[in-house]
Amino acid sequence: MADGQHPARDQHDTFFLRDPAEALQLPMDYVQRVKRTHSQGGYGSQGYKYNWKLDEARKNLLRTHTTSASARALYRLAQKKPFTPVKYFSIDRVFRNETLDATHLAEFHQIEGVVADHGLTLGHLMGVLREFFTKLGITQLRFKPAYNPYTEPSMEVFSYHQGLKKWVEVGNSGVFRPEMLLPMGLPENVSVIAWGLSLERPTMIKYGINNIRELVGHKVNLQMVYDSPLCRLDAEPRPPPTQEAA
Amino acid sequence: MPTVSVKRDLLFQALGRTYTDEEFDELCFEFGLELDEITSEKEIISKEQGNVKAAGASGVVLYKIDVPANRYDLLCLEGLVRGLQVFKERIKAPVYKRVMPDGKIQKLIITEETAKIRPFAVAAVLRNIKFTKDRYDSFIELQEKLHQNICRKRALVAIGTHDLDTLSGPFTYTAKRPSDIKFKPLNKTKEYTACELMNIYKTDNHLKHYLHIIENKPLYPVIYDSNGAVLSMPPIINGDHSRITVNTRNIFIECTGTDFTKAKIVLDIIVTMFSEYCENQFTVEAAEVVFPNGKSHTFPELAYRKEMVRADLINKKVGIRETPENLAKLLTRMYLKSEVIGDGNQIEIEIPPTRADIIHACDIVEDAAIAYGYNNIQMTLPKTYTIANQFPLNKLTELLRHDMAAAGFTEALTFALCSQEDIADKLGVDISATKAVHISNPKTAEFQVARTTLLPGLLKTIAANRKMPLPLKLFEISDIVIKDSNTDVGAKNYRHLCAVYYNKNPGFEIIHGLLDRIMQLLDVPPGEDKGGYVIKASEGPAFFPGRCAEIFARGQSVGKLGVLHPDVITKFELTMPCSSLEINIGPFL
Repeated sequence: MADGQHPARDQHDTFFLRDPAEALQLPMDYVQRVKRTHSQGGYGSQGYKYNWKLDEARKNLLRTHTTSASARALYRLAQKKPFTPVKYFSIDRVFRNETLDATHLAEFHQIEGVVADHGLTLGHLMGVLREFFTKLGITQLRFKPAYNPYTEPSMEVFSYHQGLKKWVEVGNSGVFRPEMLLPMGLPENVSVIAWGLSLERPTMIKYGINNIRELVGHKVNLQMVYDSPLCRLDAEPRPPPTQEAA
Repeated sequence: MPTVSVKRDLLFQALGRTYTDEEFDELCFEFGLELDEITSEKEIISKEQGNVKAAGASGVVLYKIDVPANRYDLLCLEGLVRGLQVFKERIKAPVYKRVMPDGKIQKLIITEETAKIRPFAVAAVLRNIKFTKDRYDSFIELQEKLHQNICRKRALVAIGTHDLDTLSGPFTYTAKRPSDIKFKPLNKTKEYTACELMNIYKTDNHLKHYLHIIENKPLYPVIYDSNGAVLSMPPIINGDHSRITVNTRNIFIECTGTDFTKAKIVLDIIVTMFSEYCENQFTVEAAEVVFPNGKSHTFPELAYRKEMVRADLINKKVGIRETPENLAKLLTRMYLKSEVIGDGNQIEIEIPPTRADIIHACDIVEDAAIAYGYNNIQMTLPKTYTIANQFPLNKLTELLRHDMAAAGFTEALTFALCSQEDIADKLGVDISATKAVHISNPKTAEFQVARTTLLPGLLKTIAANRKMPLPLKLFEISDIVIKDSNTDVGAKNYRHLCAVYYNKNPGFEIIHGLLDRIMQLLDVPPGEDKGGYVIKASEGPAFFPGRCAEIFARGQSVGKLGVLHPDVITKFELTMPCSSLEINIGPFL
């Protein structure tokens, strides 16, 4: 439900659809609440104070992040009364109409996690992130203030990479904004914390792969698939292959 | 993320101390900025155009700092310094004031002709300003940054800044036919009509991107002073007559656009940032804008807003336990001057005009957390108790993947977007018969449609792995997309399983055997009547005649298998026979 002026849509190059160009059915009461929140405010917010247009919101596109799927899931959750806490995750494909190069493809995958409950704090989000990344074998973490149009507070997650000898970003996270949650119909004291990361980037870092086409798409080398060992995140890592300067 | 480039030494001079690169990187990290690159003009030119061109360029160290997209107050050195100094409690946040002029107030009159093209305008005056070369450069650069970000490449708002001493008000903002607009624009030596300028700028690497905003309209926006001098033709270019130089003392600023809120924010940002260099520091001279309906407004708004937030709300949302007084101190460091009021639990926060990003209490909560230091917050786990379940379709997919591999097939991960050819011509069908979803803005043919079958992806994988020993046995279990007017978005995903066998012989019996194995795994018995499966001879343009069958299971058609037609083989640049199987696994959930 983002539209032409809202930064959530502009930030990524997007694939719009020619056919079908527009969404056919939208829950109109939800649409009205979103329109009001964006153009006039509401739910304790000043709003974005611009002319929210239904035509823009209707435009179909290929999702640029899996947060749109999480939003759908949260909307469905909000229709179920009474509210029950949930923990959701998804690992799925996203599409970006960007210039392609060694590390960028038009399609890649994102991992997303969501927890919805009463009284969640930023400290909880950090705790969950610590456990999540520990399972991936990443333990040295630092959190940096960031900006996402749909979360506030937002945090980027950094981890110290022994091989590259620097802190690299391993994920993005935040607490969903009330302007997003309340029009859905979620109770006011419910917080939703969420985080996400791409699947390909950490894989490329872990295996010392420089070109994303070696992982995704039809140009993947089948010999690599035949020869790869089990992916064991909890086993002691073999020293990574020598890398060229990043 | 917008990037601001500042001269390191200027920055340190303004901050009142020097930092090592690591120290400054750390400061940025804490505040929510990112020191993206340390470079110099020489290095930049060297990278882009080679060492020869870089020879005379400046080696002055530049810091490239990434700034959050919603912080318009950090888009220039002045704003960054001010923000950081307040954050470090080295200065108190200056208070911005709008003042009435000693003489007559400057007026900008909007005529009704602008209504259809660019209806809104705001204006202000920076009086007795003192520029140096660096300040002047920063002033120009800030406008460019604002244009790129909040102004959405000038479509929503465009900024024009003018030497007030070369002009005489009142100013008129109107719209005229392009042929009726004639003036000498910035950086040109003679006058041109607007039509001529549109043509000239078609090859200007900077301006050509903005022409489309007004190009095809019958009237173009234009601002005149009382003597007919052209200030600007928004959003394209300013007039040369009122150009600003390092020696300019009084600046008239106009912002025109299609979004009134953003025009006001943009004006507020420019004047708050640069009023630092006015003789009467941090004051901005008011200007009056008269709208077509006769109503007049005074700008800039420079509104300070008060919000009330409970201290325990901030503590609860962040997961800390600070006293209300401490929280007020933390917020004040973030340029949100706060004090404890009322029963001792309420914090009154003053939101300055530079913080248009604060629209809800959650924005205030974030700033409190930043000042507290994210990495100082205690990490805890939510007590949320839930019972986990896997998405049924994905669970089935996972189980099948492993057994497909056990059957000797290798998994591929191919692109969901492809060319129309891939799913139509190369498979002997017409694109209109595929009910495919079409992309409207593909950069190349590779992104014309979403795939309606997994087969092309697998065949392209074989083509890219020609040197591998035979046979090649590949599979993929993933989504395809078909148009469907019964869904809310007009399209539906189906989870397909596709397998191919590529060898010196087509291996139809291998693919058939695979189908039998899959049905066995899915607990679907052979035979139509027991809710089982059966294959019936069929035809298909992608298949060799007489070597194709349709698969029926649980009363419906679930897919096809067969030997691929030689035309298909050739069109995918393959040379050996190939047989394939593709089914929809949805019915087996």
